[in-house]
Amino acid sequence: MEITINGSTTALPQDPRVSLLDFLREGLHLFGTKKGCDQGACGACTVLVDGERILSCLALAVQFEGRDVVTIEGLSAAGTAGGEGLHPLQQAFIGCDGFQCGYCTPGQICSAVGMVAEAKRGSPSHVTADLAAAVTLTRNEIQERMSGNLCRCGAHNGIIDAIQQVLSAEVLS
Amino acid sequence: MTPFRFARAADTADALRLAAGPASAYLGGGTNLVDLMRETVATPGSLVDVTGLSNTVSPTESGGLLIGAALRNTALAEHPAVRARYPVLSRAILAGASAQIRNMATVGGNLLQRTRCAYFYDAEGARCNKRAPGSGCDALEGFSRYHAILGASPACVATQPSDMCVALAALGAIVHVQGAGGARTLPFTELHRLPGDTPEIDTVLAPGDLITAIELPPLPFATNSAYRKVRDRASYAFALVSVAAALEVEDGRVRDVRIAFGGVAHKPWRALTAEAALRGGPADGPAFHAAAAAELADAQPLRDNGFKIELVKRTLVAVLGDLGGAVA
Repeated sequence: MEITINGSTTALPQDPRVSLLDFLREGLHLFGTKKGCDQGACGACTVLVDGERILSCLALAVQFEGRDVVTIEGLSAAGTAGGEGLHPLQQAFIGCDGFQCGYCTPGQICSAVGMVAEAKRGSPSHVTADLAAAVTLTRNEIQERMSGNLCRCGAHNGIIDAIQQVLSAEVLS
Repeated sequence: MTPFRFARAADTADALRLAAGPASAYLGGGTNLVDLMRETVATPGSLVDVTGLSNTVSPTESGGLLIGAALRNTALAEHPAVRARYPVLSRAILAGASAQIRNMATVGGNLLQRTRCAYFYDAEGARCNKRAPGSGCDALEGFSRYHAILGASPACVATQPSDMCVALAALGAIVHVQGAGGARTLPFTELHRLPGDTPEIDTVLAPGDLITAIELPPLPFATNSAYRKVRDRASYAFALVSVAAALEVEDGRVRDVRIAFGGVAHKPWRALTAEAALRGGPADGPAFHAAAAAELADAQPLRDNGFKIELVKRTLVAVLGDLGGAVA
């Protein structure tokens, strides 16, 4: 019964009641992933599993045997050659004032990484006008697709700016 | 959370065998059940993880689609055949929950999610006949903005919260079930039940029954279908009311129509009265208004939700207008 977290394989907890969120924080001391509501309403616990964004608070860790989990700590390490710097989205959040208290930020950034992957494969959203057309991540699309991540400081405009900045840099590079 | 045993099912037969004991529950994405367990509203002694079972979408001999119950909501919403042929289903799924939850939630689990009535969730502070049969219903005289206007009972006024299910009701989907007595199918509209005197029972499934697949029948005019959800904020909120509809208009008259409502009843509400009123008649505003009024004739408002009666009528008229009817 093993799981891969940020590239390292580790044993799953014995107690099936342990959520993936509590396993990350209490079991592995990866405190980047935050516990906000613990009931699937706020998005602060968002992590990537096999590249898909999910809520770790509603996930029982035992269900994820053999899966590949990436948290904000893993994104940071993967974002730079030396494994020490910041992911481009982290840097953009700083540059665009994408947070005040920072509590929702790890979830916002993991969610944004998952969102970009969904859009690239053409997954539509509630505000996509044409289900058959290619997806363009307009501001309206980003707002809808990020609606599962709340920010009580109200930094949403900076968050969207940061995401758009990274998207435009990707297009240019 | 109450302790429980956990097992992962390798196939359908394995799942039924593992769930044969008392107090067993099937676990899909966990987006509702894990929350209910944490609140001690659900206290299964054993969980059988069925996320490893069929998650494929395949064509049926009759020209429809067969959808494995373990398919994730996101995958169903973005499936090319669903987007092209049953857009109401893609739209309904995309209107529900958040992207993270849609990535986790399975199709089977979406069908079996429980009401989000706040009194049902409040295990320590509220009376609820659905959670504790015979204890009473605090929603009847309480905060009832999100509660039922159709088909409720003095025992329960809760609503079924799924968006996807409203589209499945309109499309006339078929539910494939595997149980102790073998495999069977039932119309989707017969899966969920009205509360009556036993609101603790959400569906007609027997203990141990497993939903294995959802079948969409061929419905060519469903290419012209839509889902409109009215809610208290623009995204990530449960419906106040919602309408799923498919419309076929020929020479200004309704050749065929399918309608279902969400947010108004203990089950996805297939609007058969409105459909019958519309079929063969003019596809115009007065006909849409009359059909909506006929469907809502028996609506019973509570203290806080009388607005839903007019809201669902107007939403239906607007959706039918969008689908090609001439709304005067």
